[in-house]
Amino acid sequence: MDAQGGSLMNRLDLKTVLDWVPEDSRVLDLGCGDGAFLARLRDERNAIGVGVDIDPANLIAAVSKGLDVIQEDINDGLYCFTTNRFDVVVLAHALQELTHPHIALERMVDIGDEAIVSFPNFGHWLCRAHLGFKGRMPMSRAMPRHWYNTPNIHFCTVKDFESLCSDLKIDIIERATIAGAAQGLLGRWFPNLFATSAIYRIRRAGG
Amino acid sequence: MTATFPTDSVGLVTPQVAHFDDPFTFVNGAVLQNHQLVYETYGELNSAGDNAVLICHALSGSHHAAGFHSANERRPGWWDLAIGPGKPIDTARLFVVCSNNLGCCDGSSGPNTINPSTGEAWGGRFPQPQVQDWVRSQKLLAEHLGISKWAAVIGGSLGGMQALQWTIDFPDWVGHCVALAAAPGLTAQNIAFNEIARHAILSDPDWCEGAYLSEGTLPARGVALARMVGHLTYMSADGMSDRFGRELREGGFSPDDNAEWVFQVESYLRHQGSRFSTQFDANTYVLMTRALDLFDLTGTQDGGLAAVLARAQAEFLVASFSSDWRFPPQRSIEIRDALMAAGKPVTYANIETDNGHDGFLLPNPSYEQLLKEWMRRVGPS
Repeated sequence: MDAQGGSLMNRLDLKTVLDWVPEDSRVLDLGCGDGAFLARLRDERNAIGVGVDIDPANLIAAVSKGLDVIQEDINDGLYCFTTNRFDVVVLAHALQELTHPHIALERMVDIGDEAIVSFPNFGHWLCRAHLGFKGRMPMSRAMPRHWYNTPNIHFCTVKDFESLCSDLKIDIIERATIAGAAQGLLGRWFPNLFATSAIYRIRRAGG
Repeated sequence: MTATFPTDSVGLVTPQVAHFDDPFTFVNGAVLQNHQLVYETYGELNSAGDNAVLICHALSGSHHAAGFHSANERRPGWWDLAIGPGKPIDTARLFVVCSNNLGCCDGSSGPNTINPSTGEAWGGRFPQPQVQDWVRSQKLLAEHLGISKWAAVIGGSLGGMQALQWTIDFPDWVGHCVALAAAPGLTAQNIAFNEIARHAILSDPDWCEGAYLSEGTLPARGVALARMVGHLTYMSADGMSDRFGRELREGGFSPDDNAEWVFQVESYLRHQGSRFSTQFDANTYVLMTRALDLFDLTGTQDGGLAAVLARAQAEFLVASFSSDWRFPPQRSIEIRDALMAAGKPVTYANIETDNGHDGFLLPNPSYEQLLKEWMRRVGPS
């Protein structure tokens, strides 16, 4: 995945994700970057982690942390992974970079008993203001690229994501939102407007 | 004058010979009353015996994997790139063993050694080894050296297949396995290329039904042709274009030039073929390609490759090379997927390179760094 994924992940409430991963879980981290997050899961949650990344430099960095990594393009459908092989499948801030996010989501809830997905919320009021008043695609510190060269090809809002989960018969177990310090409560009450990022625990409906 | 070698080289090495006086029975039932293996070691075996690493060589490789046999040796061992102090397979902390496979021609019992019952070279009468035979004979060597478990078994191409075979034949002997540019079995296309190579050798008039050593001939033309075909399949089209293009070595393209044309790529292949034909034993080439053909990790096992690899207790590094069409990335991916389905720890990389199948032998920073980082988990910490 794009290097952006890793840096954004650091700004997320990592503790939320860590808390959502039970002790001793088998975890698959899609777009694992340099493996820093997987290494924390291993060290703090005693998780057995496997990473997936396409970038050779990321692969080397993750391997140097003693992790196992599979060099694979998530867009190829993750068919190398067997159903129910993992307790948790994590996709941190990479959903918007995928060619077919809906296929990836379906594969994730098939491969893992549970999945954790995080993404930047395009419904945030600043994005809306950028588009509404300037009439231009939003750019910010977290999204520094122009529309034509950004790896983020499939932005969505909190509402969009929840609607897709419903269409795909995917249950949302839990939601957490990230918002600026002043917007914490607003982020919780009106996530689609005030959350900069959202994190979801999901699973196959009836699973 | 004292010879000087690069500081990251294992330096001067001397091949050693292990003799085995108990009968060795091959998979096909043939028996050697006694045999010998020639091997090299680099680094020191520690007192706990938990730092031993076995290197398995490919089709035309030998026990000479690293270092120099003399100060005058022009080129070091075939995998000097990876083996040495501070290199990915770090001899400062690991004890590295590489043996010449049984049936090969660099000093281990093989077609070019003497059959004690006849007093003549074995020639075409040497038993047909299979990959399982090599694994068993290497286990005898390990015991001879006082090793009871390999921290890692490592190989590329045929050597990678051998490393995989080790993990299922003697699961508790292998802590880690590195399979580079390997495959779980040969395809029809692989076998076809091997057959062309064998046909080249067998149709050389100097082949003498494999008895050329006692007849005093050498099927050099056949072996050269076999090598040319083989070598071609180890390179990629892009790599060859970059290296040779349409450059001429002799002759010119001008209309009045009536010289014989020799393209650089022709000259290169002829050189490779001719050099190999005097160094490599024809019978060994036939036996080795046959052993490759017969290699099929899955066999008739129910549940396929994953069920076979379920036996393994090793952690795996599987790597393919993007432009390899002899054993393409897809074949490594089959191994990777089976290992994952069997719940085995595995790291997989597809190394970007124009070097084709030979990629596992050639310099490539990303490849060398990955191997180095992964190897840190091998042996005592």
